[in-house]
Amino acid sequence: MSASRVLVLHLGLLAGLFALQFVLPAYHHGNLARIMVLAAYAVGYNILFGYTGLLSLGHALFFAAGMYGMALMIQHGGASPAPALLAGVLAGAVVSGLLALLALRTTGVAFMIVTLMFAQAGYLTILYFADWTRGDEGFVIQQAQRVLWGIDLSQPTARYFAAWALFSLVFLISLWLVRRPFGRTLIAIRENEERVRMLGYDTFAHKLGAMVISGTISAGAGAAYGLLFGYAGASFASVQYSIFPLLWVLLGGAGTVLGPFVGTLFMFYLIDLSSGITSAYMLIAGVVLVLLTLFAPQGLVGELRKRIFRGLP
Amino acid sequence: MDLGPYILLATLEGAVTAAVLALTAVGLSLVFGVMRVVNIAHGEFFMLGAVIAWYVANGLSGHPATGFFAALIIAPLLVGVLAMAVDMTILKRLNYDPERTIVATIGLLYILQQGALMTYGPEARPVEAPFNTRIALPWPEWGETGLSFYYPWGLSTTSYKLAVIAAAALVLLGVWGMMTRTKLGLVMRATQADREMALAFGIPVERVYAMVFGIGAGLAALAAVLIVPIQQAHYLMGADPLLLSFIVVIIGGLGSLPGTVVAAIIIGLSDGIISVFFSPTLAKILATLLVGLVLVFRPQGLFGTRAA
Repeated sequence: MSASRVLVLHLGLLAGLFALQFVLPAYHHGNLARIMVLAAYAVGYNILFGYTGLLSLGHALFFAAGMYGMALMIQHGGASPAPALLAGVLAGAVVSGLLALLALRTTGVAFMIVTLMFAQAGYLTILYFADWTRGDEGFVIQQAQRVLWGIDLSQPTARYFAAWALFSLVFLISLWLVRRPFGRTLIAIRENEERVRMLGYDTFAHKLGAMVISGTISAGAGAAYGLLFGYAGASFASVQYSIFPLLWVLLGGAGTVLGPFVGTLFMFYLIDLSSGITSAYMLIAGVVLVLLTLFAPQGLVGELRKRIFRGLP
Repeated sequence: MDLGPYILLATLEGAVTAAVLALTAVGLSLVFGVMRVVNIAHGEFFMLGAVIAWYVANGLSGHPATGFFAALIIAPLLVGVLAMAVDMTILKRLNYDPERTIVATIGLLYILQQGALMTYGPEARPVEAPFNTRIALPWPEWGETGLSFYYPWGLSTTSYKLAVIAAAALVLLGVWGMMTRTKLGLVMRATQADREMALAFGIPVERVYAMVFGIGAGLAALAAVLIVPIQQAHYLMGADPLLLSFIVVIIGGLGSLPGTVVAAIIIGLSDGIISVFFSPTLAKILATLLVGLVLVFRPQGLFGTRAA
């Protein structure tokens, strides 16, 4: 697929999402704003899992680092949204850098368990400091504290636009990154790390970079989620929120730029529809995970790439 | 109570935890050792054991012991058969690829957990113990008349708790005997040592894998049946045993059965004593950090010698 057609396809998605806000009914309008923020989280996850081939079970730690970095600054630091957002993103960068230094000493299954354990420790830490974080119950960020540069982010239109801007930013970063030499090296590491090392690349530095970028984007999504929807709670740090991006990326197609969004969209509506029928809606997530690993390890966009659009990034 | 009797009590409670934990963790360790599969759904097999025990005990009328002993046989068998079916329909088709099997067992975790929520419901329900005599324990004291014993208030255990410890020890001995003395164990160890070579020698590796996965899940279910008269059966009860088993298996050295049992005893006993001094959340934070750091800096486990 030629470079210009790739660009048209990806920019087309962003333009379409921008235009949709004028036609969607209120309920789906709100959903789509939520989906775009969560898809930004999935885009971050995809950089580490899809492109670098490192399966993390601890990304909720980064998502929560962003969310709490932002929310605690507003709640206890009295900060306005802009520096609070920045604090959230920085918190994510620091946490992912530290975890990377430890976890990247391991590979494969050990990497998965190490990330899982540290994320669990982070979740428990949030519960432990319940005086500050209000633990499981979480806390609401008041409407007056959510005005960014004069724009009230609790208004549906402003919220949709902010979500769209965030998603567009990380989407374009991801598209740009994977076509740069840095991104190509990440893909090479995924395919054969030994060979990349033999060719003289510093694979540790590349993996470290990938994990920090991935963690920082996830933290940005977490911070934005807290700010846009006005709530920070410990459940966003739980294992479930580490599993979700994995699920979205697997469903959409790991190692594709479009995949995270497609996967998040499908899974969101699948769970939305099924939670109308049963309270055990996570059952759907479980079934989809098993079916995906069995029958479509490439995901939706991955299958498309294999069959129709060869060369899709 | 003085500190002495208090610690004895904590040790007794810890010994019950350790016994149940050892059974659960040996199941996880067996599966990892032979199949190189990290079974995230192990805690849910534990939960299923407890839930099935409740159904069996409630379905049978008569003396509570009848229901309990029936559950002790039925629950592990059912869970074992279910696990074998999972192995043959899912894990086998993934070729036991380590990363894909983890994703699949995460999916399985949600299927089992939410399936239990839909059928069994969100309540916690107890199973009656078959026997439950309170046993007061004496404590030595130096008095004016020399050494004497008295019974401090609150220092007691039940016959059932002692029976749990004994039963777990018996089953572990049985597992050890199976691994070292029987043909099945020999075949399992051969598969663990070298899968390709075992295949070349005509060992039906696929059947061995199904067997191991079934036994591993069955051990977790058995542990759950033993504990369910003390705790209650609940659809979310699988999370803690899973985490603790992970800790035990990793500290004991991945795939090493004796290491697993030693680690289970240490963790189980210290769990009871630590929670006297620390808040349970802080204890869990320290434990999860310990597991992470052990994996990073000593992947062979604290007691293991060979590489995992």
